Amino acid sequence: MLELIDISFKRDNKQILDKINLKLDNEKFYVITGPNGSGKSSLAKIIMGLEKPDTGKIIFNGVDITNKTIDERAKLGIGFAFQQPVNFKGLTVYDLLKIAVKKEICKKEACDILSKVGLCALNYVDREVNTSLSGGELKRIEIATVMALNPKLAIFDEPEAGIDLWSFQNLTTVFKQIQEQSKGITLVISHQERILNIADQIILLENGKIKKIGDRSSMLDTIFKEEVCCKGVNTCE
Amino acid sequence: MNKTDEKLLNNVLDNNPYEADSYNIRKNGKSIDRKINPYVNIISKEDGSGIDIYVKENTLLQIIDIPVIITESGLKDVVYNDFHIGKNSNIVIVAGCGIHNSFSHDSVHDGIHRFYLEENSQVKYIEKHYGSGMGTGKKILNPITEIIMQKGSRMTMDSTQLKGVDSTFRTTKATLYEDATLIINEKILTNNSQYAKTDFLVNLEGTNASCHVTSRSVATDNSYQEFTSNIIGNAKSFAHVECDAIIQDKASVKAIPEIYANFVDANLIHEAAIGKIAGAQLMKLMSLGLTEKEAEETIIKGFLK
Repeated sequence: MLELIDISFKRDNKQILDKINLKLDNEKFYVITGPNGSGKSSLAKIIMGLEKPDTGKIIFNGVDITNKTIDERAKLGIGFAFQQPVNFKGLTVYDLLKIAVKKEICKKEACDILSKVGLCALNYVDREVNTSLSGGELKRIEIATVMALNPKLAIFDEPEAGIDLWSFQNLTTVFKQIQEQSKGITLVISHQERILNIADQIILLENGKIKKIGDRSSMLDTIFKEEVCCKGVNTCE
Repeated sequence: MNKTDEKLLNNVLDNNPYEADSYNIRKNGKSIDRKINPYVNIISKEDGSGIDIYVKENTLLQIIDIPVIITESGLKDVVYNDFHIGKNSNIVIVAGCGIHNSFSHDSVHDGIHRFYLEENSQVKYIEKHYGSGMGTGKKILNPITEIIMQKGSRMTMDSTQLKGVDSTFRTTKATLYEDATLIINEKILTNNSQYAKTDFLVNLEGTNASCHVTSRSVATDNSYQEFTSNIIGNAKSFAHVECDAIIQDKASVKAIPEIYANFVDANLIHEAAIGKIAGAQLMKLMSLGLTEKEAEETIIKGFLK
């Protein structure tokens, strides 16, 4: 279980997150949505430790992780797929997957992980994770590294961005696989209706506050009736 | 050969020299062992200044090891090794120099390697430089590589210096004629107060000559590195120079690009980037469970792979 208690976060005199309180249960699929600038990505980064909140506490499976480093959180079972995948000169896809699974794996095992994200694995396993790969390929490799971690809490920051050549159906299958494997929490930041449609719970953020939280059926009406998602958002369907 | 010698050889060679098709091992300024065969002849220069290596025409798949080791503190060793590569040959040359200095005098090796590649010959040249020993005397290596490439020849030069060399000034000069291709991959890591300077001067003289230089370097502590490349296109030719450096601590890196197109169809590109390890790279690897230090080491190891 993940619990956020009074999380506030301010940057450049702007209140990005304002006293966020939230409890996420195991074996549930959560989507955080809301307009641009509502604080969605900041909240995800704070959970992973990429940003530090000004106030508040984060409790993960009974452990206070507020002051833990990124790697300590990873070791406790938190995984994070970056919105903008990172390039590495010299490090291959195989290298990254080996780091993620924390053991030596053969290329076939690496290929098996890659094929789950729709990559024809043999063509990719020895490729460097750099700009010679397309944005969509990098994004799928990013998702594959999180799958390889088998995290108890898997966070995806706008996973749909840049994967236009890969079907959403596959993406939703990946989410289900991760959840079935780990019996943990899946937390996705997204505007996409098709991702909202598979959520158990939807959290609507606005101006750094939780405006509403509820199950899919009740939330979809609210979101699309009020067109919250589409305000200033081009990616909405 | 004692344990120190063997350790030096292990650090500068990827293979066992005694398993090579031919070899010449030089220690403290003298050749100590040599093997030749009907395809590769190695002859000492009459004035004792070095060796000539002759590879016969059409020689294929030969591995030639030419290592140098220095264990005598205070020695200044200068050697001229001339490689004459016959037409249509395809060979691998494994060179490199290791200095072990446990005392207070500086040890220096200046290796001048001259390559003459005849038409359609191919050479892969692997060169490693390494220093060891706790003495206050410096380990200094100043290699000069001069390459003349005739029509259709091809050379790949992998040059690596990752540990223990206090000071180096590396000069590579090449002249490429028609359809010749030169590929240079250089990797350098400096730490403490080490100094490394690299100069490349390549003349593209023949139609369709091409040159690709990739330099990846890491400078840490108070070390200093300088990379200069000067590519001159005097014909319809292509060159791509890529210099990437990571700096840490109080290190400095200077990259000086110079490309000179002297012919309308000369296509010359130079890219240079210097900076510290990107924060996003560290964060990504830490999010996979590596500590910050482990993440740094992984990034540097990959960068210099």
